[in-house]
Amino acid sequence: MSGWLWAFLILAGLLAAAWAFRAAGTAVTKNRPYFRDMPFTVAFGYMVAVAAVAGGLWLWFQPGAVFFRWAVQFFVAAAIAAFLFRLVGRHVGPGVTRKAFRQMPLTASFGILAILVYAILAIFAPVLAPYGQSEVVGTVNMLPGGNPATGGDPAHPLGTDQIGRDLLSRLIYGAQNTVGIAFATTCIAFFLGGSLGFLAAIIGGWFDNILARLVDVLMAIPSLIFALLLMTIASAWAGSQQWQLTLYMVFIIAVIDSTRVFRLARAVGQNIVVMDYIEAAKLRGEGLGYLIFKEVLPNATAPLLAEFGLRFCFVFLTIAALSFLGVGIQPPLADWGTMVRDLAQFINFAAFSPLAAALPLMAAGAIALLTVAVNFVVDWMLHRSSGLKD
Amino acid sequence: MSNVLTIILQRLALGILTLFVVSVVIFAAVNLLPGDFAQVILGQGATPEAVESIRRDLGLDQPVVLRYFDWLAGAVQGDLGTSFAQANFASFVGEGAARGTTVMQQIAPRFENTMFLAGVTALIAVPFAVGLGILAALYRDTAFDKGTNIFALTSISSPEFFLAYVLILFLAVLNPWLPSLSNIYDGMGLGERLQRTLLPALTLTLVVTAHMMRMTRAAIINLLASPYIEMARLKGMKPMHVIVRHALPNALAPIINVVALNLAYLITGVVVVEVVFVYPGIGQLFVDSVKIRDIPVVQACCLIFAAAYILLNLLADILSILSNPRVRHPK
Amino acid sequence: MAEPLLKIRNLTLEGRSDEEWTQIVNGVDLDLHKGEVLGLIGESGAGKSTIGLAAMGFTRDGVRISDGSVEFDGIDLVNARMSVKRRLLGKRIAYVAQSAAASFNPAHKLIDQHTEAPVRHDVMSRKESEADAMELYAKLRLPNPEEIGFRFPHQVSGGQLQRAMTAMAMSCRPDLIIFDEPTTALDVTTQIEVLTAIRDIVEQFGTAAIYITHDLAVVAQMADRIKVLFRGDEVEEASTREMLDTPQEDYTRSLWAVRSFERPAKPAPTADAVPVISVSGIDASYGKTQVLHDVSFDIHEARTVAVVGESGSGKSTAARCITGLLPPTNGVIRLDGRDLPLDYRKRSKEQLRQVQMIYQMADTALNPRKTIGQILGRPIEFYRDIKGRARRREVEKLLDEVELPASEYIDRLPSELSGGQKQRIGIARALAAEPRFIICDEVTSALDQLVAESILKLLARLQDERKLSYMFITHDLATVRAIADEVVVMKDGEVVEQGPKTEMFTPPHHPYTDLLLSSVPEMDPDWLNRLLDERGRENIGDAAVDKMG
Repeated sequence: MSGWLWAFLILAGLLAAAWAFRAAGTAVTKNRPYFRDMPFTVAFGYMVAVAAVAGGLWLWFQPGAVFFRWAVQFFVAAAIAAFLFRLVGRHVGPGVTRKAFRQMPLTASFGILAILVYAILAIFAPVLAPYGQSEVVGTVNMLPGGNPATGGDPAHPLGTDQIGRDLLSRLIYGAQNTVGIAFATTCIAFFLGGSLGFLAAIIGGWFDNILARLVDVLMAIPSLIFALLLMTIASAWAGSQQWQLTLYMVFIIAVIDSTRVFRLARAVGQNIVVMDYIEAAKLRGEGLGYLIFKEVLPNATAPLLAEFGLRFCFVFLTIAALSFLGVGIQPPLADWGTMVRDLAQFINFAAFSPLAAALPLMAAGAIALLTVAVNFVVDWMLHRSSGLKD
Repeated sequence: MSNVLTIILQRLALGILTLFVVSVVIFAAVNLLPGDFAQVILGQGATPEAVESIRRDLGLDQPVVLRYFDWLAGAVQGDLGTSFAQANFASFVGEGAARGTTVMQQIAPRFENTMFLAGVTALIAVPFAVGLGILAALYRDTAFDKGTNIFALTSISSPEFFLAYVLILFLAVLNPWLPSLSNIYDGMGLGERLQRTLLPALTLTLVVTAHMMRMTRAAIINLLASPYIEMARLKGMKPMHVIVRHALPNALAPIINVVALNLAYLITGVVVVEVVFVYPGIGQLFVDSVKIRDIPVVQACCLIFAAAYILLNLLADILSILSNPRVRHPK
Repeated sequence: MAEPLLKIRNLTLEGRSDEEWTQIVNGVDLDLHKGEVLGLIGESGAGKSTIGLAAMGFTRDGVRISDGSVEFDGIDLVNARMSVKRRLLGKRIAYVAQSAAASFNPAHKLIDQHTEAPVRHDVMSRKESEADAMELYAKLRLPNPEEIGFRFPHQVSGGQLQRAMTAMAMSCRPDLIIFDEPTTALDVTTQIEVLTAIRDIVEQFGTAAIYITHDLAVVAQMADRIKVLFRGDEVEEASTREMLDTPQEDYTRSLWAVRSFERPAKPAPTADAVPVISVSGIDASYGKTQVLHDVSFDIHEARTVAVVGESGSGKSTAARCITGLLPPTNGVIRLDGRDLPLDYRKRSKEQLRQVQMIYQMADTALNPRKTIGQILGRPIEFYRDIKGRARRREVEKLLDEVELPASEYIDRLPSELSGGQKQRIGIARALAAEPRFIICDEVTSALDQLVAESILKLLARLQDERKLSYMFITHDLATVRAIADEVVVMKDGEVVEQGPKTEMFTPPHHPYTDLLLSSVPEMDPDWLNRLLDERGRENIGDAAVDKMG
């Protein structure tokens, strides 16, 4: 019961502090409208923020809060890196990018930086990784940390997995496999959904009707559920050929996702098609190819690019989920979803070996970080294009 | 009022039609399997006689269309067939009908559990997300708004299992407040049941809240920009009055839509979260069945998920039609 | 003289664009006495609406008051507490917005929104306010004043809503009302009744008002004094009659002069001349609803036929039929005496070339991702097979023709051009095909008057030089008077009357033509009074249209 009492006391304290804060602000600034007309909720919000910062500081100095300190350190390091990256971007490179960097929020510059890092990791994985992804190199289940006293080995800073493969190498190769496969899938989905969507928007009539109804039906089944159903069938088709199953997965997810792309491309296309300049081109007697490639597409790049980012995130998360459930990317390819599943039990060792517990979180976090990065960039792009309109 | 009724009936009919077509798609997809069920069940080494016998038992020698309507008729009456995993075919080859556990018996209790989980999640997530969304819209472009936006983007972007393990780490391992495994069984007290469901529910809340909050925020901002809100302010109405009397009645439709859409989205999230927490729900059953290729169960789960999804979207549609004054009060 | 009710001194407003604050109103002064009506007039971007709102101590998001003072009855509105301002707004200062349809909350009945201010400001009880509302509705000549308040906004027509909003503004009997373009979105015949209603009620209660509009003729009916604004600066201010008779500034005079452009009518075509475009007996429908009924008219070489009508009269549909975008269900369209396939997809390149179109919204008519050179070059290449450097020379010639310096504009994007310049590009694109016939669909209605004027002059010159035939769709009779040779009046998808301009503008007219013609405001402060005397007070606007049935 004392927990409730504490919560009540803290709340009452915050309310009182908020009132005092506003009164003091009004007095000190000599009746400025900012404090005078400040709604009580805003004053309360400031006090909650102050309390949160204080609580965070207290937690920082608790001996058990290893993960909290790591998280804060990571957050601060990311912010600093993003800031420096933006600073460099503002002064180096062609005028267009410099201008873009000047108006960029920190989140977006962090997003771009992270995407670049992932791209480099993915492309140069074989060079960067100390060992091969399926190479059995050491003792089984070696603890991370590289300290021999605690059961580690300096050659394997993140330890080894259940069959003795180097985890750092697998994490790096994961970038190549997971990101690469997701990227390829998104491209196929885009090609399929995008071209059909634009065709439907321009041709209209029965062609549009049939496609739209078909897509409606396909979209009535939740995508992960549909993917799992089709994967069941694909696994029967593939038999024991693991790489074939991965290939099937790419196509299944691409087809399922292309329905969403179709929706968007069609909507974007329809918005453009009603424009008078399209009517003018039609009345001039222009053919379908000219209409699509010269009149519609150039005006659809901004929303499509944003959608590509969002779709990529979605595909990426779906593949990760499938792999995590054991029906996605198949071994011996290293991928993050499977790694999370395999390493999950280490989380229970958090109390005596924080680094070991962090392993599954690192793989899952690698997935999260990339999607966060893409989302930050897309969010900024959407904000910018909506701001330009009005 | 008859006009409203017609629209709702139309939507209902459309929903049922969609469900029907979806059932065709699911059935057709399963029939793409190479060979047939029988082959799949018995594996490569089966004797032709054994395959033939099971084929007869399951009615696989019938034409596809007939089998589809058999399956559909059964599904409508609550009979979703017999689970392969539970039926020991080898023992009664040539003995007549398969006598394993029916799919229905397997699904029913798990369906209940999943509904419980989804219900708890919705109870936490909906008020939290809608409240947060409205606050972010009212104080847009402040530090609070930007902070919630970053939080929302981060949790949208994170895979469900990442959020789940982070919560397990902090709330179950480092601070043993909640159990990390949600083994729920019949006859458990509500309190204990709630305690064991809380961690998966919190994970799902994080997943759903972010979407719901962002969509609520966008809807409210859109609304606050409308001329009639400006008019109300120019009539000297207090901010609270403007929101309660002028914004809220019009915000209802978009918010209902957002809530229903996200509850539909919950369905996808449920699968992964149930697996992480070993929660005995329909999602876990689904994944297990996918792994062992227990086709009747996969088919049935798929149909149930799709039905729930369609139903929620239909509900959102109908509720937002009802909340539109133009429809309620025709010219 | 008594202290003014509203006293604005050196009002300076800033607007935010691209994260930067730029000045949009540069130190405007304004005095308004009790019971006085001031007209604020200016083109788009003059800052008139912003000033109107600032007079209430209110700024929209992205606008701020950076300097100056606004005093209402001795209360400083710039520095007042929100709670002080709230007690004034709705009670002593009221606002009537441009779009009544958007400014009424769709979720509540009119009466609930009407009584909100009086009840919340403790001026009247709900019951008193309801009774008062009905009285006001009756005064504003709304049909069924007892019942109309219990409808939802979407159940009431635009003109009626605008009057209901005026009634709402009156609900607390304020000292000052800001009217922000209250009739801009309405048809001329509806505009009259709203104007009359507003003027009568303002006079009756002796309310002071600021009337914001871009339409001189309208403000001449409403205001005692007029203030002219240009890009955030005051140009001049004088009483209405003085301003109309003896404007002092060049800018004001140029605004006035616009109305005087009129081209002499050409001699009628000879009887045996074959019309360039001949439309005979066309019907057309959208889905199952028929929108055109037996429409016929001819357009001869080097002549302009103006098609006039209010919104929904089917004038744009007729144009879509001629272009072939909406194939008519019945009837024939001939080009130079030969039948034209009804669907544009079945027409030959040559036939398509002969019929060109200029659009109302130049913004959506030009592909925003193409340069001017590309936009104009395409039809030249497509129809005339001219490529490369020769094509560029042709584009330069075209730009010369529409009076834009070629070297400066050829590589620009449409977004870098002003509205009038974009419309010139639209014209040049039509010319690029070297057509015989051009459809001009409300080409000047989105433009400010001065710019519209120059576009009309350009079109007239091109017609003389190139023997072009125009179909000129418009709702604005001043434009018709300026440019037309013949006039076709449409209503509800039918041709009501047609003939040469001179005939159409002299009586006797068809009753509907008469109604249209007489409803166009004139630049004469007494025009509205005269018109009302002629028609009788009860017989204006919708009522008149209904009577004609």
